Formats: sequence, structure tokens, C-alpha cells
Amino acid sequence: MSVETTIAAPAVKKEGLFSKKNRKALIDPLDDINPITVQVLGVCSALAVTTQVKPSIIMALGVIVVTSFSSLIIALIRDAIPGRIRMIVQLVIVALLVTLVDQVLKAYMFDVSKKLSVFVGLIITNCIVMGRLEAFAMAQKPWPSFLDGIGNGLGYGLILVIVGAVREFFGSGSLLGFKLIPQWMYDMGYVNNGLMMLPPAALFVIGLFIWWQRSRNPKLVNVS
Amino acid sequence: MHSNRYTFLFAAGISVITAILLAFASQGLKPLQDANLALDTKTSILHAVRLDGLERAAIEKTYTEQVKELVINSAGEEISGVSATSIVLKDELKKPLEARQLPLYEFSDEAGKKYYIMPLRGTGLWGPIWGYISLEGDFNTVHGAYFDHKSETPGLGAEISEKPFQEQFQGKKIMSDDNNFVSVHVVKKAAKFNLGTEHRVDGISGGTITSNGTDQMLKLCIEPYLTYFGKITPPASN
Repeated sequence: MSVETTIAAPAVKKEGLFSKKNRKALIDPLDDINPITVQVLGVCSALAVTTQVKPSIIMALGVIVVTSFSSLIIALIRDAIPGRIRMIVQLVIVALLVTLVDQVLKAYMFDVSKKLSVFVGLIITNCIVMGRLEAFAMAQKPWPSFLDGIGNGLGYGLILVIVGAVREFFGSGSLLGFKLIPQWMYDMGYVNNGLMMLPPAALFVIGLFIWWQRSRNPKLVNVS
Repeated sequence: MHSNRYTFLFAAGISVITAILLAFASQGLKPLQDANLALDTKTSILHAVRLDGLERAAIEKTYTEQVKELVINSAGEEISGVSATSIVLKDELKKPLEARQLPLYEFSDEAGKKYYIMPLRGTGLWGPIWGYISLEGDFNTVHGAYFDHKSETPGLGAEISEKPFQEQFQGKKIMSDDNNFVSVHVVKKAAKFNLGTEHRVDGISGGTITSNGTDQMLKLCIEPYLTYFGKITPPASN
């Protein structure tokens, strides 16, 4: 018993809202532990929705809302959740939030929800959400969990927007719908890259990104 | 380890709480969602007569003033007492041709010229596709078309909801020279095709199944209206 109290004691000390540890939970997922390129979670949806920048951005916002609030709720009730059904409870919370996001979009941002119809539902199956709940929110306090959720949503969104931009530029010659490649380029024989429109292109782009990220971030260099 | 009893109660409790939350959200937001859906239908119908980029109020106003809703059957008779917008096209298409109720929208522009707008519904690759197509008063020339989809792949099949694809339909003909219905076909640029260019539009590369679905949808959904069009056409203009 005495051992437990000594371990618990430091945690009682009041932590600042943006203490170093909390900032780490928020910032790390952008690079050092990026959900897509380092944890390799949520790759499936990153392949599917990134043909253009706009759906990528909106998808990212949806995921940020779901990861942050599901982490917050799970962290709040983490001690009450029976261990044997914890995954199901997490899934129920995630599904609840995704359905709410979908309903609210349909009521207040109908145009956006029409564009995203399938993608919003897909957030439920996004591995990042449950991955972070299992790995972080089940064992942490609500506030750090909330930050961790936002951070991971942002890290996911960052990759989505980068991949979306590359694919839209090379695949459609535009960004956010604005034509960037002038007509005379096409007249001279330039052709949009059709491969960029297909899911495998996202795999290549993410692969190149991981390569670049690992070459410049010493923390990710494999020592073995 | 929690007891079985606690586990069951927890599971039941969390289900009830989430169910209540979702029920409230769904009921509370339903009026707004329904209004959006109704507006969306009106927007789509107006898209088919080349009116787009209108504000919410302008759509309501134009629709009320310039669109007349009709319901007809495949024998070309008008059916009264049924609202065109309340018809679920998906269910109608399952019925035999004789039993179908066909919504038709008659649009009169400022000059009094009439256009006839027909709703369309078919299947794409991943789910349903739908749209509206408008014919000019000769019941032959396509004035405009509008398509949308549930879950086609962005950049591929989903291109049917983009303007460049839809604009191809403007000015196409649905009747052959000897006045038979041939529809407008969505085909590959290189495909051999024994009808004139006024009966074909370019399909989408990488979206063949959606293109074929659009092709089928046009054929199946326009045909039942022809009897009615034949009845209201003044014989002299033919």
C-alpha cells in the first residue's frame, strides 16, 4: 500500500493547464508521434478522402471534434468502465459523437454535409480515435486526454491536407478548386496525372512524406 | 475486475443515455434538416434549367412563381391530388410501368417559354445516383441536366455532379431523325457509336460504371414520359 501512495503523490500536485507535459500531448502528434506517418493509424481514410483539399480539411475538422471529445468523455468515466466491455463502450461514445456531428452538419451546413456524406460516417471506423482512447484516454486525466485528442486530430489533418494538396495539384491542376495550371500549359501538351486521382497515389505520397520526415527528425531514426 | 451485474448495468445504462441523446438531437434538428432537404430538391430542379448560384430566398421565390408541379402516369394522363414532391422515385421505379406516378415539373422562364423537367434515379458504382433533366418545348432538345450521387468516388464517378460533365448535355437530342426515342448516351470518347454526336456525351475516365449507370438512368427515366409529351404536343409542330 505504501508503494502506491508514493507513486500517486506527485500526481496530486496541481498542474498548469498548459504545462510542459500537456503541451507535449498537444504538439507531439504533429510530428514525433504523428498518427498517420509514425503510428500508422487511420491510413485507410487518408487514402480515400484526399483527392482534393476541401474534403480533406472538412474531414480533418470532423476528426478533431470526434477525437478530442471522445477522449474527454472516456477519460471522465475511465474508472467506471468495466474492463471487459471497454472497447464497446468506447465505440458507443465514438459512434454517438460521429452521429451528432453528422446530424448537426445536415441541419446547419447542408452543402458541406452533402460533400462529406460517406466520409463523416467513416470517422467511426478511424483507427486513430479508438487507438488514442485505448492508449491514452483510458489511463489519463480528462484535460490531457482532451489535448491529446486535439493533437492527434491535428496531426491527422496535417497529413490529410498535405496529401490532398499534392494530389489535387498534380491530379486536377488546381487547389481548393482554383485552377493553378494555366491553359497554355495544357495547350502545350501538359496532362493531369490520372494516377493522382486513385487511392494508390496517396500511398506513394504518404510514403515519400514518411521518408522525408524520418530523414530530418533524429528521434525517428531506427537505432537497431 | 467489475462484477457481471455491474458490467450489464453499465452497458444498459450507457446505451440508454446515448439513445436518449441521439433521439433528442435527431428530433430537435429534424425541422431544419427537412427544410434543407426540400430546398435542396428545389435547387436541383432549378439547376436542371441552368439556374444556379441563387440565394436561398431567390430559390424559394423562383420556384414558387415559375415552377408548376404535375403528376402524370405512363398513359399520359394527369393525376390530380398527389403532390409531385412527395413521390419517392425509388419506390415508383420498382412498380410496373402502368402503376407508376411520374412527377413532372413545368418551368416557365420570363419570356413565357416552357421547359419540362423530369426527375431521374439510377445506380452508380457504390450507391444511388439521381438528377433532373429538362427538355425544351419541342420535347427533343435537352436544355440542361443536373446529377448528384450518394457515394461515388471523388475525382472519378463523382464527376457526374460537376458542371463540366453536366454542361455537355445542353443542346443534345433525345429523339432520332425519324422520331424514335434514342436517349442521350454516356459513352467513351473512342467508342464506336452509330448515332450522331447530338446523342452522345463523353463518359468519365475511371468512372465507367457510374457513366453506364447515368446512361441507363437517362434511358429508363425519360421513356415513360414520352406518351404524355406526345399528347400535349400540337401535331403541327412535329
